[in-house]
Amino acid sequence: MNPFAYHTPETEQEALTLLHEHGDEAKLMAGGTALVIMMKQRLVLPETLISLHRLRGLSDVQEVNGTVHLGALLTHRAAETSPLLRQRLPVLAETYRHVATLRIRNVATVGGALAHADPNQDPPVTLLALDARVQLTSVAGSREVPLESFFTDYYETVLRPDELLTAIRMPIPAPHTGSAHIKFLPRTADDYATVGVAATVRLDPATGVCQDCRIALGSVGSTPLRAPQAEGVVRGQRLTPELLREAGAAAQQQTDPISDTRGSADYKRAMAGVFVRRALEQAWQQALQQTT
Amino acid sequence: MTQTITLRVNGKEHTVEVPVQRLLIDCLRYDLGLTGTKEGCSVGVCGACTVLMDGQMISSCLTLAILADGKELRTVEGLAQPDGTLSPVQQAFIDYGGFQCGICTPGMVTAATALLEANPRPTEDDIKEWMMGNLCRCTGYYKIIASIQGAAAHLRGEETP
Repeated sequence: MNPFAYHTPETEQEALTLLHEHGDEAKLMAGGTALVIMMKQRLVLPETLISLHRLRGLSDVQEVNGTVHLGALLTHRAAETSPLLRQRLPVLAETYRHVATLRIRNVATVGGALAHADPNQDPPVTLLALDARVQLTSVAGSREVPLESFFTDYYETVLRPDELLTAIRMPIPAPHTGSAHIKFLPRTADDYATVGVAATVRLDPATGVCQDCRIALGSVGSTPLRAPQAEGVVRGQRLTPELLREAGAAAQQQTDPISDTRGSADYKRAMAGVFVRRALEQAWQQALQQTT
Repeated sequence: MTQTITLRVNGKEHTVEVPVQRLLIDCLRYDLGLTGTKEGCSVGVCGACTVLMDGQMISSCLTLAILADGKELRTVEGLAQPDGTLSPVQQAFIDYGGFQCGICTPGMVTAATALLEANPRPTEDDIKEWMMGNLCRCTGYYKIIASIQGAAAHLRGEETP
């Protein structure tokens, strides 16, 4: 690793001021589990490292007016074990619980993971299905961006050099909504997935018809993906095996995976269809249980 | 560029000057001479470099030493009594054949120690979930699970098989 100038801001304001001063030359480090590997491999050579480990705040979990707020510096482990998250958004708590290993989850943060923007990660998939937004803050002010328009390419986001991702927010799902996140792990349980899928399904309790649906996929494109065509297939319909197959086929069309050790591009595309079907069915069954 | 850091390792305070890019594992092994902690994969996957920082398991190969400034660390060297008497987890790894070649063992016993402090009565599934990030290339997993169950029973004052 190369040497760097090192700063440890203790407040959000100090961190933002440092970012404003150093801009592109600086890298922010939260848990460091992704950045340190990139620095060791010399893929990233920051002149200035701004470590957020002494920063107070930005690690809260709150529910305000039907919205869940996660401070960006919350660790994966804290998210996974948060009583509020387990009660209000169990699918998200479970997604965090199945990221990598406990050693990584003890330090990796929910905001840091999004800013890292590796399309193989699990949380962005569930967060997309939950209609999450991220708050991006600089000395000039703050803006909220839907997670859907946050990722732009492999390891690329709309974050400007002077911006810090400070919070993730998402609505608590409406009644009669089921949700699921499943991933295909043919190698080991702590590996990145061959494909990961999250789905939410909201049903009309009287008719069992799907009123709304969100489907998202990971590991099958340069960013985590939403599958609007597949969602369109499902909205207004009742659950049938044909519908699930049709939705899977529609989602598959939108994927653009690369071949690697976790499967060939063709195989990943085929598995994307299968796992969309399974995630959708699981979410649907969960929603049905709430209507009876 | 260097930085002076003060850290407590196994109850003993150390002040060292380290290059800013020094990794915690290198600081432990080369600056402090604590070579019990091993480096395996260097990317946070294998668990050989597991240490406890403020009670939490971390990968010392992914942690900059400067982040340990002011922290309390426990390594495999801190598990036994000062007179050399092994900790119940260490003894169980011997009694139940939980280690073979020994490379993964420092990380295994450190992780298992943290598990039993957090959960004195782990189920087999709890053990598998907690220890998932510690790899044994001799594939001695069944005996490692038996060792942890044995240590847990011993710590609870129960009769052990």
